[in-house]
Amino acid sequence: MIDIKKESRGYIAHGVSACAGCGMELILRTVLNALGQDTTLVIPPGCSALFCGFGKETGLKVSTFQGNLENSAAYAAGIRAGYEVQGNNHSTVVAFAGDGGTLDIGLQSLSGMMERGDDVLYICYDNEAYMNTGIQGSSATPLGAWTTTTPTGKPVYKKDLLGIAMAHGIPYCASASVANIKDMTKKVEKAKSIQGPKLLHIHCPCPTGWGSAPSKSIEVSKKAVQTGAWVLYECEDGNIKLNNPPKELKAVQEYTKLQKRFSGINEEQLVALQMGITKNFERLMRMQAE
Amino acid sequence: MAHYKMLDGNCAAVEAIKMAKVKVVSAYPITPQSTIAEKLSEICENGELEAKYIRVESEHSAMSCAIGAQLTGVRTATATASVGLALMHEVVNVASGCRVPIVMPVVNRSLASPWSLWCDHQDSMAERDSGWLQLYCENVQDVYDTMIMAYRIAEDPRVLTPAMVCLDGFFLSHSMQKVMLPEQKEVDDFIGTYKVKNLHLDPSDPIVIDNLTGSNECTEMKYQQAIGFKNAEDVMEEVFNEFSQKFGRTKAMIEGYNLEEAEALIVCIGSMAGTAKYVSDILRDQGKKVGVLKIVSFRPFPYKKLREIIGNTKKLAVIDRTTGFGGQGAPLWLEVKSALKSDVLVKNYIAGLAGRDVNIETIKNVYTDILEGNDSDDPIWIDCGENVMNIREVLLND
Repeated sequence: MIDIKKESRGYIAHGVSACAGCGMELILRTVLNALGQDTTLVIPPGCSALFCGFGKETGLKVSTFQGNLENSAAYAAGIRAGYEVQGNNHSTVVAFAGDGGTLDIGLQSLSGMMERGDDVLYICYDNEAYMNTGIQGSSATPLGAWTTTTPTGKPVYKKDLLGIAMAHGIPYCASASVANIKDMTKKVEKAKSIQGPKLLHIHCPCPTGWGSAPSKSIEVSKKAVQTGAWVLYECEDGNIKLNNPPKELKAVQEYTKLQKRFSGINEEQLVALQMGITKNFERLMRMQAE
Repeated sequence: MAHYKMLDGNCAAVEAIKMAKVKVVSAYPITPQSTIAEKLSEICENGELEAKYIRVESEHSAMSCAIGAQLTGVRTATATASVGLALMHEVVNVASGCRVPIVMPVVNRSLASPWSLWCDHQDSMAERDSGWLQLYCENVQDVYDTMIMAYRIAEDPRVLTPAMVCLDGFFLSHSMQKVMLPEQKEVDDFIGTYKVKNLHLDPSDPIVIDNLTGSNECTEMKYQQAIGFKNAEDVMEEVFNEFSQKFGRTKAMIEGYNLEEAEALIVCIGSMAGTAKYVSDILRDQGKKVGVLKIVSFRPFPYKKLREIIGNTKKLAVIDRTTGFGGQGAPLWLEVKSALKSDVLVKNYIAGLAGRDVNIETIKNVYTDILEGNDSDDPIWIDCGENVMNIREVLLND
């Protein structure tokens, strides 16, 4: 038995069983610090379900429902409606799901929620594969990355979640990263203040699945931003704004070389990866200028 | 004032939902349920029902929204049919496991494949182990009455189990009948206002619902559900009796017709019970001692009451409106057979699939066969056509 002398700070208990160097815990702590006690979470099975705990124990101090993998947005919409008809318009209802539960199996219910305009904050922590089940590829896995189901490197590009969100015309969506906690906090606060569907897409380093050093998670995340493999931007009422974009993108190898998942990447894939990243960054810069 | 209204089965279900004052509705259209979704959205919009209508993108989300909303402490509504119910299957089990007592009309329709728009019970029978109460309706008045009673039963703290109110697609959903509607106050008094029990979502009193549970507790939690079903038998008895007294229409988990000295009984569920009663009257006039047992509650299955009600009858013809592939019989037969001692002949008849009418002729054929008294190891497909294997024959090249 561990004798805990002090209450944990924030809304998550001590000793959550995330892997060493996991970005997800940092993300949820940051999110809940910004949102406060008056929050209800929907968490699907997956890495983030470990916050819900096991049996009679839980790691969360806010009201939470653990849903299914594909319907976090629908549960959240129902909870929002239930609060609303009882006169509660102040609580923030948040779905907190991984990339598989969002971009793959959860895309339909997310689309429904965004299209209807439900007042829900949807947060996707993106560790770019099914990590909880043992590193299987998802539609968020980047081109060239190894997973157990992309053994020779994923042959196609990552799906553009924010592009999909913007196509729904929702009032606010943004990307964020543990590389910049201040920026993430600001975006969560802004999302909280806006009525309607909001989506945050947060890059989440996963040393276990990426084969990166647990002590280097923040560094890896920063390299993702500096190389443009992850672009920090937001879209409010249709206006795109990049948040402190790098003046010049570093070569993608500076990011990939820190991770074993890219160790088998061939020259052709690397060129394609770099090309995709550059094109995406230039596209977003152009959209910002418009 | 209590009054009569001409309604079809779907509208009768909507009247019950309206008078139960649900606060959140989430529904997705599917034939033959669609008019329920339409009518609910209309009355949410025009204020006849003070509720929020969530226009979901699937049945899976319809049930998910309903669960989420009801966990915050309000009565909710959704409805479905056929493959819609099949799509819901995953979350149907979440509702029952979290003890969220949602009442849902299921407008019975065949499951694909082959594609059919019409009635049989494959959809709801495929959900018979999903931890929901299942009540089947005979006519449109019955749809309204059963819905109202289902709220009381499902929400009773001894039960806390969601309920499907099953009505035969088209035969009930789309046929108009004169329905007696009680006053709003009578309904209010009968079912009461909704209070969330046990699990709840409330930011000022936070709990975590439905986290991973170990094998040290799962068995016990499932057993609690079994107790809920056990208790539902007593609660149903109470509620049915109270309803019969207050509203003047007799209700029971299992209903007998022409039971006096019956030599043979048809056991059935749903709208075909009306035809079976009619045919038994005709045959009684001809001196044949036949009757009908209508099973109203399939879950929980009233096996003790079945034993009592059949008295000395030794021949039961169980008509299933579903297939029961690979089993010795279809679902209703399995329940009846296992409830009774071996000195009763219990024969299984498959009929009425995919909207095929269970007509007078079919019922007569069943009575004729059961009265002959020959046993059969396999179910008898009583209304199946001839040259079966020539239909849509698959030609092999060799």
